[in-house]
Amino acid sequence: MDLLRFATAGNVDDGKSTLIGRLLHDSRALLDDQLDSLRRESRGRGEGDLNLAFATDGLRAERVQNITIDVAYRYFSTGKRRFILADCPGHLGYLHNMVTGLSTANLAVVLVDVRHGLVEQTRRHCFLASLFRIPHLVLCANKMDLVGFGESVFADVREQFEAFSEKVAIQDVAVIPTSAKLGDNVVERSGAMPWYQGPPLLRHLEEVHIASDINQVDCRLPVQISLGPRIGAGRLASGHLRVGDEVVILPGGACAAVAGLTVACRPVAEARAPLSVTVELDRDVDIRRGDMLVREHNRPELRCDVDAMVCWFGAEPLVVGRSLRLLHGTRQTRATVSRLDYRFDMQTLGRQANPPALSCNDIGRVQLQSDRPLCLDRYQDNRATGSFVLVDEASNDTVAACLVR
Amino acid sequence: MTALTHLDVLEAEAIFILRETAALFERPALLFSGGKDSLCMVALALRAFRPGRLPFPLLHVDTGHNFPETLEFRDRLVAATGAELLVRRVQDTIDAGRARDEPGPKASRNLQQTVTLLDAVSELGLDALIGGGRRDEEKARAKERIFSLRKAGGGWDPHQQRPEFWLQLNGAVQSGEHMRVFPLSNWTELDVWQYIGRERLDIPALYRAHRRRCLRTRAGILLAESPFLALEEGETVEELSVRFRTVGDMTCSAAMESRAVSVDEIVREIAAARTSERGLRMDDRRSEAAMEERKTEGYF
Repeated sequence: MDLLRFATAGNVDDGKSTLIGRLLHDSRALLDDQLDSLRRESRGRGEGDLNLAFATDGLRAERVQNITIDVAYRYFSTGKRRFILADCPGHLGYLHNMVTGLSTANLAVVLVDVRHGLVEQTRRHCFLASLFRIPHLVLCANKMDLVGFGESVFADVREQFEAFSEKVAIQDVAVIPTSAKLGDNVVERSGAMPWYQGPPLLRHLEEVHIASDINQVDCRLPVQISLGPRIGAGRLASGHLRVGDEVVILPGGACAAVAGLTVACRPVAEARAPLSVTVELDRDVDIRRGDMLVREHNRPELRCDVDAMVCWFGAEPLVVGRSLRLLHGTRQTRATVSRLDYRFDMQTLGRQANPPALSCNDIGRVQLQSDRPLCLDRYQDNRATGSFVLVDEASNDTVAACLVR
Repeated sequence: MTALTHLDVLEAEAIFILRETAALFERPALLFSGGKDSLCMVALALRAFRPGRLPFPLLHVDTGHNFPETLEFRDRLVAATGAELLVRRVQDTIDAGRARDEPGPKASRNLQQTVTLLDAVSELGLDALIGGGRRDEEKARAKERIFSLRKAGGGWDPHQQRPEFWLQLNGAVQSGEHMRVFPLSNWTELDVWQYIGRERLDIPALYRAHRRRCLRTRAGILLAESPFLALEEGETVEELSVRFRTVGDMTCSAAMESRAVSVDEIVREIAAARTSERGLRMDDRRSEAAMEERKTEGYF
């Protein structure tokens, strides 16, 4: 069975929690004791016999305030697929938590209240999904029951969305009319909307093609640890590796051939991303943490000047001259901001050139200078080796998610 | 090449996390209880570091209320793998006056073991504890990062978690802090059993159906008859065919009636189960936020 990681984002009132509760409930992922506890909570809070929205929020503060603050992960499976759901907060103030959930997703589900259509926050969520190159996007036009399941209301939302999605780069988009509260088109096909010919949400999640979401072309193996002379271990970030392959060890540039390859101690002739492997080379070359094994004729760029889209979450604004710890795969170095090109205005999604600083939750294009060379791909070509994070050297907090341009 | 299964992907992710832990920390330890999650972690660690040695010891926080079968299994696994085992006892913490046993016939040492655990962290100078916690277990766990920072004092602050982008793990800790590392974050109970089956891992006999004298509480929960539990009014003792779904203390791990003996039978039983694993733990049933409260105090 294969594995789909997806993230949900929506406004508090769009019915996101209800949708997730419905998905879990109708796919029988909520067990009897969990249902009992939901019923107790629903009655205790005067929310009827069973409010499925309470299935998602985990922290006491979230239950009290009725908001999502941090990502919660949920797990369920159908006969076809295993699912990992990252339920993300939709509020901009918790953007770092939303990006945490989005960064590993194959697919994003964005909810809109069909009565309100695409609001600013919806555009923002779609923009983020496109920025982070989530390969698949589903827009749920929710609360269809409140507009009498009318086709024209749905068509309006779909048109708004199609006009908007031309401006952002998303490869694969589906728009589904749902009523999470009543269960229409979540797991079961709706009888109330015969005009809708597409699949319900769960079937779409089961069938969306994800095998080519990961880069299978460019072999990149960041070395995590050396396990003996000529033996390195790491997880293939992209591409595949075969016994006999000639490889180059970056940044040093030494060449060797793969003499042996194992996956969890099982000898294999070939391994591909995202498997963790142990590689034995055929000759005495130095191989250590921070190195990257690649093919001779397919190399990332080795460079110290980095052009990146930076999502900044530090409490203090990011300004030119600021130094930070940079983590890229298994490589760590220090980097200094040399220029701020522009920042996105998250209200209009327009660009503001030459900003004086990036404030917390700002996203902008930044030039950095690193102390040691990095093996970089462009994020649009490789989500794994085209991304890095920045860490505050004083507090050790992770303060930025960065995408290589 | 054949398609990768979810177990292939989860195995690769866990091995990646274990290797990052070995590379980024000075003195990590793997928390070992003898349960299915920790035995899976040991199997994954062996696979992560061969032909090298396990780069960290196993740490068992012994409540003194263990099932004898768990200790027997622990020693068998240590002998078979050559792993270094450290044991720290809750009884020693109590004897030193740093914790006190609960009163009552269903007293548990669940809370007391947090003191022993945090004492071990400072005594041994540990900067990372690898735990078997899974996000599918419970709603506070569902929120936890793979690398989850514990400030000085050992507590978890769920509102100040470091964001975790992609699988770029930030292992930086300051003096007095330590990291909790969860390689099985994205595994479910069923995944763990399927992996045990696929890899033919040795498991404690408690997980297989066996005849046992059990105490049935008034709430209908079955607990193993043991010297640590006193019979209360309205409770009965009966001999049944049971197995355990979680292996913790004898005082709080409930048995379930079962005839599943082989791992295949166990997998089928869990796939069809209508109650969650934690629904059988007395320690989690105390309040809606029981796990969150214990975790902010430094619990596993």
